[in-house]
Amino acid sequence: MTDMRQLYQEVILDHNRKPRNWGAIPDANRHAEGHNPLCGDHIKLSMNVLDDKIDAIAFEGHGCAICKASASMMTGAVKGKTVQDAEIMVEEFRGMATGTFEPDSADNHLGKLKIFAGVKDLPSRVKCAILPWHTLHAALNSEASTSTEGEADPVSDHA
Amino acid sequence: MKIERVNNERTPIGKATIDKIRADFPILGLQVSGKPLVYLDNAASSQMPQPVIDRIVRYQTEEHSNIHRAVHYLSELATSEYEAARVKVQHFLNAKESREIIFTRGTTEAINLVMHGYGRSFIGKGDEIILSALEHHANIVPWQMLAQEKGAVLRVIPINDDGELLIDEFEALFNEKTRFLALSHVSNALGTISPVKKMTAFAHRRGVPVLLDGAQAAPHQLLDVQDLDCDFYAFSGHKMCGPTGIGVLYGKAQLLERMQPYQGGGDMILSVTFKKTVYNVIPAKFEAGTPPIMAAIGLGAAIDYLNGIGLGNIATYEHELLEYATGKISAMPGVRIIGTAANKAAVMSFEIDGVHPHDVGTILNGDGIAIRTGHHCAQPVMDRFNVPATARASFAFYNTKQEIDKLVDGIRRVQEMFS
Repeated sequence: MTDMRQLYQEVILDHNRKPRNWGAIPDANRHAEGHNPLCGDHIKLSMNVLDDKIDAIAFEGHGCAICKASASMMTGAVKGKTVQDAEIMVEEFRGMATGTFEPDSADNHLGKLKIFAGVKDLPSRVKCAILPWHTLHAALNSEASTSTEGEADPVSDHA
Repeated sequence: MKIERVNNERTPIGKATIDKIRADFPILGLQVSGKPLVYLDNAASSQMPQPVIDRIVRYQTEEHSNIHRAVHYLSELATSEYEAARVKVQHFLNAKESREIIFTRGTTEAINLVMHGYGRSFIGKGDEIILSALEHHANIVPWQMLAQEKGAVLRVIPINDDGELLIDEFEALFNEKTRFLALSHVSNALGTISPVKKMTAFAHRRGVPVLLDGAQAAPHQLLDVQDLDCDFYAFSGHKMCGPTGIGVLYGKAQLLERMQPYQGGGDMILSVTFKKTVYNVIPAKFEAGTPPIMAAIGLGAAIDYLNGIGLGNIATYEHELLEYATGKISAMPGVRIIGTAANKAAVMSFEIDGVHPHDVGTILNGDGIAIRTGHHCAQPVMDRFNVPATARASFAFYNTKQEIDKLVDGIRRVQEMFS
């Protein structure tokens, strides 16, 4: 990928500048923190899950544009979804970012999130895009924290 | 064999010579992202010139065997070339004797060797080790491990907003419990060149031995360990045009002789029975097992190459590059240089308002420009400047002002994209 505009599209830059669902949910019943020690990306996610649905979700923290935009778009995409559907999206996003799942080849729930497909060509940046999704997975499974630097893959380990 | 160390008579690096120097480095002809490579990550690892590559190929093609083992032709040849590399390092550092030169895997192993071999014998409960706030993790973590094991205490020399050590505070850290000073000669994250000679003299007046981490200094200036009077000096081959997997620990002979071996194994012994082992003399005592022979010989060739250009010429030219880059980049609105010490090596950490360093690195890579982004294994430095990471351009004698112009254009494109 020589043209960085393919990855750094206006949508991503806009979510980086004005992240949606920014902040913390008071009295949230699900929390997790995600940390990428390599680059210092740090995401705090809070959610309210009611009747097996993500009723409210918010995030805060600091990170690169890829990480922040991924988190911002993720919160929009999973709000109102069932826990099960959100977990399917975690799998699909992770597959797309690591190059094991081609989103144009099969039905999926990724929609606008396909904009992140380009990170699979940038191995050092895959973790930036995936961190919010790891954190979502951890929060849904009532784990307090996750990291992209573990020995094993935190998602498939617990899926 | 007389080895020339000062190259005042040689041609300075400039318009007339730079193309020839660049032609020595085949990798500089590479295209990245469809653009000519602009390699500005020399503080992480430098590139290798053809004479060093050729030397390594010749060793593996015509000279390789294990050393210090057999009486056959190849073993004797490999041994003599390996030991010749040690002598080259001795002259490179102006060490008194070649037995004061120990080959390690790199700077990190050299520091760990001192921690185990010296620290575990001579530093105990309640003793204090002084480090600086500029250290690379390699010169923090081993001492932290020792402190935990022994109940010793780490004391840290603070820095000012320019990234310079506060010398008054340094002097105030010493007391009757101070047992060791471990200090980077040149900061990898900020480029600060610390006044290590003066600081070493101060520590010695209080009877405290000194280790200097020279990983960032060795390729960029003429070194003289006798003049510095440090007790230990550590550096890596791959940051000075040599291969990875080889580094050097210089230590004063009388200290090395008092130290415990770091690893046990072959070559570091005089005799072994199940009752007792008698250790070999230095430097063999610290080189257990088969060493990286090829890499050591490659390092020797890298020293020859650098001497051919002249370390003085290299320092002068790299300083020109730094001044040029500092002038250009400090004039850019929205860009902040982190590390503005008066005495600086050709390392420039910077941040762009509103853009994370990793995005800077990825976008510059799209222009074929290689810089380092991250915490540079110096998280305490990042904390001091309240940033999670920086972008860092680091220059070598084969870089050019045109490449710095490309960096400046690249930074401008990043700013446009994120505006």
